[in-house]
Amino acid sequence: MIGDNPILSLITFLPTVAAVLILAIRYMGRNEDEAKFASNARYGALFATVVTFIISVLMALEFDASNPDFQFVEEVTWLAQIGLGYRLGVDGLSVLLIVLTTFLMPLAILASGAIKTRVAEYMAAFLMLETLMIGVFASLDLVLFYIFFEGGLIPMFIIIGVWGGQNRVYAAFKFFLYTLFGSVLMLVAMIFMFLQAGTTDITVLLEYDFPQTAVNLWLWDIPGGIQSLLWLAFFASFAVKMPMWPVHTWLPDAHVQAPTAGSVILAGVLLKMGGYGFLRFSIPMFPEASVIFAPLVFTLSIIAIVVTSLIAFRQEDIKKLIAYSSVAHMGFVTMGLFALTPLGVQGAIFQMISHGLISGALFLCVGVIYDRMHTREIAFYGGLVNRMPVFAAIFGFFAMANVGLPGTSGFIGEIMTMVGTFQVAPHVAAGAALGVIFSAAYMLTLYRKVVLGEMTNPKLETISDVTWREGAILGILVFFTLYFGFFSTPITDMTAAYTDNLLSSFDVAPATSAH
Amino acid sequence: MTPELLSSQLSLIAPEMILSLGAMALLMLGVFVKEDLAGRLIEWLSLAVILLAGIATLVLTGEGGTAFNGAFVLGPLSIFAKVAVLAAAGITLLLAGPYLHKEGLMKPEYPILALLAVTGMMIMISANDLITMYMGVELQSLALYVLAAFNRDSLRASEAGLKYFVLGALSSGLLLYGASLVYGFAGATGFTEIAIAASGETNIGLTVGLVFVISGLAFKISAAPFHMWTPDVYEGAPTPVTAFFATAPKMAAIVLLARVLTEPFAAMHDQWVDVVWIISVLSMGVGAFGALTQQNIKRLMAYSSIGNMGYALIAIAAASETGLWALLVFMTLYMLGVIGAFGVILSMRTREGMVEQIEDLAGLAQRNPGLGWTMTALMFSIGGLPFLVGFFGKFFLLYVAVDSGLIYLSVLAVLFSVVSAAYYLRVVKVMWFDNSDVEFVSAPASVFWVTRVAGLATVVALLPLGWLLHRALTVGLPA
Repeated sequence: MIGDNPILSLITFLPTVAAVLILAIRYMGRNEDEAKFASNARYGALFATVVTFIISVLMALEFDASNPDFQFVEEVTWLAQIGLGYRLGVDGLSVLLIVLTTFLMPLAILASGAIKTRVAEYMAAFLMLETLMIGVFASLDLVLFYIFFEGGLIPMFIIIGVWGGQNRVYAAFKFFLYTLFGSVLMLVAMIFMFLQAGTTDITVLLEYDFPQTAVNLWLWDIPGGIQSLLWLAFFASFAVKMPMWPVHTWLPDAHVQAPTAGSVILAGVLLKMGGYGFLRFSIPMFPEASVIFAPLVFTLSIIAIVVTSLIAFRQEDIKKLIAYSSVAHMGFVTMGLFALTPLGVQGAIFQMISHGLISGALFLCVGVIYDRMHTREIAFYGGLVNRMPVFAAIFGFFAMANVGLPGTSGFIGEIMTMVGTFQVAPHVAAGAALGVIFSAAYMLTLYRKVVLGEMTNPKLETISDVTWREGAILGILVFFTLYFGFFSTPITDMTAAYTDNLLSSFDVAPATSAH
Repeated sequence: MTPELLSSQLSLIAPEMILSLGAMALLMLGVFVKEDLAGRLIEWLSLAVILLAGIATLVLTGEGGTAFNGAFVLGPLSIFAKVAVLAAAGITLLLAGPYLHKEGLMKPEYPILALLAVTGMMIMISANDLITMYMGVELQSLALYVLAAFNRDSLRASEAGLKYFVLGALSSGLLLYGASLVYGFAGATGFTEIAIAASGETNIGLTVGLVFVISGLAFKISAAPFHMWTPDVYEGAPTPVTAFFATAPKMAAIVLLARVLTEPFAAMHDQWVDVVWIISVLSMGVGAFGALTQQNIKRLMAYSSIGNMGYALIAIAAASETGLWALLVFMTLYMLGVIGAFGVILSMRTREGMVEQIEDLAGLAQRNPGLGWTMTALMFSIGGLPFLVGFFGKFFLLYVAVDSGLIYLSVLAVLFSVVSAAYYLRVVKVMWFDNSDVEFVSAPASVFWVTRVAGLATVVALLPLGWLLHRALTVGLPA
């Protein structure tokens, strides 16, 4: 059905076309009724994202999961002499992340009902962001990847800065400059790889053997040589994006200030770019360096899991608490990735998808009460269960899923990464298990303070339960969180061939025997 | 000299002849036509002269070559640079018309001085001899001094002109002194002969002379530590003059500097590469940190241009043929962004008159979405952020730098680019996050279209850019 059609380009650029149309319609009738254009923009954006989602699902159905090669490959030469080009293609990993992106987008658009000002620009920024996010996962060219990777900062900067909370300007600048600072060294490393290999084609670079030429930096021989330096440059970028401790400090600010839909996309998709980068570049292209630095990643992951869990415990702002919990959960991802075992890697990918659903849902839950009360302060709330029983049930479910309750997708991700890590580094897995306990502590405390108990704040008297729209959005997420909690195979089948291929250069057992 | 030889040599300098003869003819015309008519008429005729010169550059000069005993050279590099200079000059002249008319400055001298400055730039680009070089630099500079002070009733413009003149004269002195040292030790003024002398054993006199020449030219491209004049002159000069300053002369001077270093002094690469390295890092630093606290958008653009010249110098430090085309690509994309940005600055006119504080842009994305989006794209493009074309300018610079082993320089460059992103973001922040009730009056048609086209080009110009680079790589760039 799809055949030779450029389906990836279609998925990638359809949202941009919609964004341009929405803006064009808005500006042509500049002096007319604002509300009319707002609803036009809402429905236009919803339509575009749903269509994109449907096409991406069709692509995923047609995708041959048993084949570890890139599929739906498109290639247009742009500058043949030095080997630059427009190349797109997907494997098992990127298909999953693309579908996650296109799935979360309509939900984010639906959850933007509270946005009343400059709706057309808001929707256009989100649609452009979708293009850039899908582009990151679909590009098979270093430079193209970098363009999508960095380009995503621009719409997110505008989203946080224009529609964000009180301290939005500070958060927007911090988000932009922090992540840009992380990424620029990667650009230099990319150019170095480009010159070494003579091409920016990722499929070629994956086969390329980057040398370990000795480098002596200030009288210190770096183990792994050039490859280690390249690895570190990429690490700087992905660790910030992920975010790993100690370069996570932009995330709580960005999350707290961003509008609800912005937080959903930030936690659901943007954080996954870091993990994707490790899987696409760091591990397969610099295998020796990855082994050398695995202890470093383990250490940082454990610190992230334990320390940020403790920090989360002390938060007074609901969104900030969930943001710190995201950092902790991303610690599981990095730990699983660098265990370099089939279970660890597959668990990390599973955890990324699962965290995309759960943390997105948690931010949506916060959005529900924020839209009603306009505060995220934990102390303000209490006893919501008396007025909002449905909300209490849903929020409780996602709080449990975030903790990793068996039966939810959060459990599968955590247990797979921990078992995968246990095979190579038992003490690391033991440290991570500590984090599971902490996460139960802070999530349950949050739940108790916000939802349970007596309703003491008189301002909460009038609060109403979730509307059908909010219920529907959250219901969909509940369904998938449960579904993947019981049936993990749709995801693990997709990534099995990919993981085997990834780990073939390391000395480990094949992934297909893992589940 | 046979008539055939003469005509073949004259065809090489046809564009310069058209420009200088055109300027003189228009000067006479300006005397005889009534004053209220003269300004507009001569502006349009000047544009026609520039267009003619552009056509002559592309058509008459053929494959290029040298003329006048090697004092003048023309090749793909100079043809590209000349077309870019003419285009920038033409577009900034187009931008200048409505502004000058409104401010009562529309005198016939303005376009004529611009024409003379362009003639100087063209000669600079083609200079293959120290004397030709100096003549070009001086012709350009003298015309620009007058343009800076063109609004003679304005205290700030006169101050800008005077500052520019005094410091410019100093730099010309440095340049001339350096040139005389080089002549003294090389025994010739032609670039080809100097190249032979420089390839011999290291000569301290030649090195000192070269350093003076670099200093003189670094002043013209406003690279640190010779940048002091830039913010004041950019702020004080009438805005269209600033737009002109920021584009065409920069292109001409940096191409001249690149040619001086990579042709006659190619053999002394080890001596000058450290100088260029230091100037480059200093400029990037001054540009990045200096702009952070600026309130006036023209001063901001001044620091931005200092920083960007620092980036351009990276390509010169790389000293390869790919380095030269990276330089041209970078400069072209930079000029595209700057012309657009000055178009926006020229549109900043309220009922009370022109405004030029960054705060005056507040809420632009809401008040005037077209202008707001355009300026947003331009700022990100000048800042070199992906996915706008400005990114590719910086990308190719880094490419040639890493290729030549200048790893530390490229790492510093990307780090400074993060710092400079902060002030481009500040402009975007003011336009998008802040609010204001002040409306701008609608911009004149020429400003409107130049701005919009430049803004759109920063988003969609990737394909023509690919074609251009493809050609540059196939043709190669000797001279």
